Amino acid sequence: MSSLVDIRSRFDTAALLAGGILLCVVIAVFSTAFEPDRTVFDTPRLALGFGFLAILGVRYSLGFARHMAGDVALGVVAALSAWMLIPVVHQHVGEAASGFWALAVAYWLASWLFVERMAAWKLTNPSLTRAVNLAIPIVFGITLLVLWELAAKGFGIPKVLLPAPSEIWVRLTGSVPILWADFQQTFLKAVLIGYALGCGSAFLTAIAIDRVPFLRRGLLPIGNLVSALPIIGVAPIMVMWFGFDWPSKAAVVIIMTFFPMLVNTVSGLAAADAMQKDLMRTYASNYWQTLIKLRLPMAMPFIFNALKINSTLALIGAIVAEFFGTPIVGMGFRISTEVGRMNVDMVWAEIAIAALAGSLFYGIVALLERAVTFWHPSIRGSRG
Amino acid sequence: MTDTALAAPSRGLNPFAGLMAGTAGPVTVVVLAIFAIWYVAAVALNTPFQMDMYERGDQTDVPFTQLVSDTLAQERPVLPAPHQVAVEIWNTTVEKKITSKRSLIYHSGITLSSTLLGFLIGTGLGILLAIGIVHSRVLDKSLMPWVISSQTIPILAIAPMIIVVLNAIGISGLLPKAMISTYLSFFPVTVGMVKGLRSPEIMHMDLMHTYSATRVQAFWKLRLPYAVPYLFTSMKIGMAASLVGAIVGELPTGAVAGLGARLLAGSYYGQTVQIWSALLMAAFLAGTLVALIGLVERLTLKRMGMAR
Repeated sequence: MSSLVDIRSRFDTAALLAGGILLCVVIAVFSTAFEPDRTVFDTPRLALGFGFLAILGVRYSLGFARHMAGDVALGVVAALSAWMLIPVVHQHVGEAASGFWALAVAYWLASWLFVERMAAWKLTNPSLTRAVNLAIPIVFGITLLVLWELAAKGFGIPKVLLPAPSEIWVRLTGSVPILWADFQQTFLKAVLIGYALGCGSAFLTAIAIDRVPFLRRGLLPIGNLVSALPIIGVAPIMVMWFGFDWPSKAAVVIIMTFFPMLVNTVSGLAAADAMQKDLMRTYASNYWQTLIKLRLPMAMPFIFNALKINSTLALIGAIVAEFFGTPIVGMGFRISTEVGRMNVDMVWAEIAIAALAGSLFYGIVALLERAVTFWHPSIRGSRG
Repeated sequence: MTDTALAAPSRGLNPFAGLMAGTAGPVTVVVLAIFAIWYVAAVALNTPFQMDMYERGDQTDVPFTQLVSDTLAQERPVLPAPHQVAVEIWNTTVEKKITSKRSLIYHSGITLSSTLLGFLIGTGLGILLAIGIVHSRVLDKSLMPWVISSQTIPILAIAPMIIVVLNAIGISGLLPKAMISTYLSFFPVTVGMVKGLRSPEIMHMDLMHTYSATRVQAFWKLRLPYAVPYLFTSMKIGMAASLVGAIVGELPTGAVAGLGARLLAGSYYGQTVQIWSALLMAAFLAGTLVALIGLVERLTLKRMGMAR
């Protein structure tokens, strides 16, 4: 597939990007960097970053350095220029002019070029390939963060609207005890307990339903319908029934996670085909032996699919349920009150924690899946 | 599997066997069972409060039938009975004028408009992203992991902030709510479309290559038709998600209008019947929208000759 693409692409993306870098650098020379009239060369750091980018652009446009070492140098230059640009813009908040923006765009193009080159590397070592495949999205993410920082500071966006990543980081490290208390209340209590109870009870219900074909035919369409409904709406009712503390949030999480798990487990238990079941019969295995040795392992990919969906649903359910009433601790509570007090950096810190917790939760479930369903083609195919 | 084979000969003897063999019979029985459980639960959950009432009114020896009928007719029950919710829905949809602020149709309309706007933007964005990811190796390697991890961020949790911030810079009304719906609905469409656009076999792609087809031609004539079934499946998921986004997006607007505002107002004033009617209305809306997409899917696939 990729060979077809290579033949047909009429232009050279790398050369185009390098040309863009050069163009931006030229613009930067002839315009003011900061209001009122500072040029690029009045700021030593900016001049340095400019020099790096200019040399790099020239080298690439002329066709030098098109090998792996050159690509690594490219990454280093992009990182250096970001390191030069950020402190400078912190000294001149909201005063950035066209010269500075040209350099920012040049940085963006440089890191794009770096990602482009990295994606083209052909490595023989499988573990190195995996490391590079991991590094590409990380570099992409860091680039986005740097651009966010540059834009937020350069335009002088008020903190109330969009705080810069550095401000969020300061707030995050400065209020660890509060964040930890919220995390404990929302994640360790409501989410984990609700997730375990919801998925566990749905799993047991699915096994019970599976023994009765009548119930399976009756409940499956309803389960599918309920999965499409906005279940999050039961949050106010649960808060009314179970009070303000974490049990009401756990109840919302249980209801939200129940139906995806039920539907997936039931269809997973039907995944073993007739030949395999017949084989188990010829071994004279009873229901439980067939269940544990054949049908449950066959159902594992479906079950893990539900577990992964539920890992994000659970966090959302718990946080949204806190909007309807909570004690004075919890991630949802913190978000809604800090928005009211216009402490947007605190909200973003809370979001960063939630995103990290959600990603880790998802990642742990995905790792477990790899360990349990190692035999499945989708896992085997992705190795090496 | 073996059960149905065994059950088939006995169909002539048992008049209900045919009724219970398909899906319609079992579904009806399960739905009826849910209603029965609902009524029993309503009586059980509302009894303590009703007992309290009797004690205060110095009523003793209340017959059980009266207790049951009283628990099912409370004004603010812990769990309203199905018929109470049905009456409330009837009163607020048919009896009220559509323009009235107490009409559930008015609130549903507001939720529906931001759902649809967000869904349209989200689907468009999802398709564009998928096209980019399929055609560019860099986007595939750098963007795709972030598309997936974007969904582990509980966006619903920051929905209030997005709305407040957008209000602060002067964007208000439909768009902020629609943006939350967009964020939730673009993901299933992107993932489904990437899968769909990659589903043509290599043989078919090679055939296009032997015709000397350009990438644009290969896209319109081969990749896109292959992706249509995937698109509809993911659009159903996206529509459900975008309704959830619209409802949650209405929570922080100070309970002005929309189904989410009805939920919030109901929970502030303890109007359980109102909460349940809004909830059922939202469920009805989700069911209708998904069914509508299913209908369009069937018509489209039939015209394309891909109906299964």
